[in-house]
Amino acid sequence: MTEIVWRFDVEGNNFELAGHASQQTKSRLKQIGVNNDIIRKVIIAMYEGEINMVIHANGGVATVTVQPNLITVVLADTGKGIENVELAMKEGYSTATTEIRELGFGAGMGLPNMKKYSDDMTIDTTVGEGTTITMKFKI
Amino acid sequence: MKITKLIEKLNLAVFNSGLDKEIEKFYIGDLLSRVMGKAETNCGWLTIMSNVNVAAVARLVECGCVILCEEVQPDESLREKMESINIYLLGTDLSAFELAKKIVESVNE
Ligand SMILES: Nc1ncnc2c1ncn2[C@@H]1O[C@H](COP(=O)(O)OP(=O)(O)O)[C@@H](O)[C@H]1O
Ligand SMILES: [Mg+2]
Repeated sequence: MTEIVWRFDVEGNNFELAGHASQQTKSRLKQIGVNNDIIRKVIIAMYEGEINMVIHANGGVATVTVQPNLITVVLADTGKGIENVELAMKEGYSTATTEIRELGFGAGMGLPNMKKYSDDMTIDTTVGEGTTITMKFKI
Repeated sequence: MKITKLIEKLNLAVFNSGLDKEIEKFYIGDLLSRVMGKAETNCGWLTIMSNVNVAAVARLVECGCVILCEEVQPDESLREKMESINIYLLGTDLSAFELAKKIVESVNE
């Protein structure tokens, strides 16, 4: 095995489907025998990123690449972008609406958790054009 | 304790039946980010959230059952989703704190 790639479309504002990409990734990582502790980290971080695309970016695409020693999760959207990344990375900072909070999201812990659970995270964002977040996990 | 035993001992309402798992731990929380990070496999999850996102998180963390506290009724979309993923969805009139007390008492019986 050199490389496996999975690609998932994430629909914006659809809470019936939200989490589907993370759930699929979890099942498939289990199937190929990835260690449970690593799966947990990947899935916690990926779910946060997936939800962010659902609630903040009107959807996007999640791509998971598995290599012998590395899992890479790329979350790419063409949403509104993040104006101030440093601020967005602060625990508790959120622009989520009351409606979104009532759904259990908008705690402002998503990006900090993604950073915490991944071994490396980069955010590439342009206001008005979109956001691409790349997270790497060592196996 | 088996979920069916919990239902009986704690007098829980059953919104949806699922796999009768052995519950070893419990987690109380409503913020889904927190629950994702903290709840453990096969735990009982006590919450007041009643929307469909609860099912996505319950499935991702593979919790044993979800218990809606404070008389909260599940959205129909949540009940349906819990049915499709075969996880127990339960309910109580008690607050999470009161139910937790009862759980501790019944375990020590
Ligand atoms: N993909 C994205 N597109 C646009 N804005 C985003 C995206 N992800 C995060 N943000 C912005 O960063 C803020 C912080 O994100 P996060 O830490 O996940 O908290 P929350 O999602 O709870 O608001 C969000 O409130 C939002 O303003
Ligand atoms: Mg978020």
